[in-house]
Amino acid sequence: MVEFVDIALLVLLGITAFSILRQKNLFAAVMMAGIYSLLSAGLFVVMDAVDVAFTEAAVGAGISTILMLGTLALVGHSEHQPQHRPILPLFVVILTGAVLVYGTLDIPQFGDASNPAHHHVAPHYLEESEHEIGIPNVVTSVLASYRGYDTMGETTVIFAALVGVLLLLSLGPRPRRVVSNGQRISDTDSGKPVSEGGVEEAQEDTLQISPEEKTLGDTNG
Amino acid sequence: MDDRVILRVGAKILIPFILVFALYVQFHGDYGPGGGFQAGVIFAAGFVLYALIYGLENVKKVLPPQAVYICSALGVLLYAGVGYVTMALGGNFLDYGVLAHDPEHGQHYGILLVELGVLITVFGVMVAVFYAFAGRRRADT
Repeated sequence: MVEFVDIALLVLLGITAFSILRQKNLFAAVMMAGIYSLLSAGLFVVMDAVDVAFTEAAVGAGISTILMLGTLALVGHSEHQPQHRPILPLFVVILTGAVLVYGTLDIPQFGDASNPAHHHVAPHYLEESEHEIGIPNVVTSVLASYRGYDTMGETTVIFAALVGVLLLLSLGPRPRRVVSNGQRISDTDSGKPVSEGGVEEAQEDTLQISPEEKTLGDTNG
Repeated sequence: MDDRVILRVGAKILIPFILVFALYVQFHGDYGPGGGFQAGVIFAAGFVLYALIYGLENVKKVLPPQAVYICSALGVLLYAGVGYVTMALGGNFLDYGVLAHDPEHGQHYGILLVELGVLITVFGVMVAVFYAFAGRRRADT
């Protein structure tokens, strides 16, 4: 029965991953990513890691889906047509995947009592936590007390991530008509909307000027 | 926005429970799954839900961005502060045993405080990142 749950979750994970790959609609892809997170959370529960599952469900399926949707509201819902054939990326991905699968051959058996992880500090935590810390959830006592330094580091990393995000986003959209070339400036000055590219062009973010946009500028001039 | 009665009423009913559940996850973390990270995210989710239904402007009246930024720094400060207090009381950095006469009680207080620090930071960061994304206007407007 447990194997059935494992297999069902893994199959669903695989289906979800492939449908994310095939999906051109970014809104659907984000929703699929949320489902993927929720399924991983289910797998963590099966592996008795309920704290990790909780975090995965809250962060992966909850907040990051919301943030992705917030990003989609800025950049549009449909994926751009790729401009080159993805053969080299495909090769890199397959190679990396093969190396990773090869690496898993050396990983100790899941749940094996003779694993190195069960023979270092873990027995001490499990046996002494109740007397030394006095709270029933060993995960919390390891997280907040035995490994308090690490958790402080994690909290600081989260704070640092916020600082990074705010720095990046506070720059705001760059006025791209000014930065592209002289013709564009005259376009905006004359009040002529630079929208012949339609929705496609409006969805371009401002970080760099795509080739299409350059040709558009040329035809305008 | 005005015709989404079910969403608005549903959110109004749900949000208090989401916030209370976050606090439950926080303070029950000693006994079951949960802790500062999860609680912070859930607490932030309550405000994000409010923002999604009622708009960013309204949630900013409840929770101004300044307060969120202060929260995200305050949590780290609280966490590190506990470490310095334990040092001042003669223990090692983050050695909670010295916080009370009984070392076990000291551990309880210490864990409670640092988890609170984690909650405050995670909550602040999640809401602040959401504000940053949601408040950004489209490039073409």
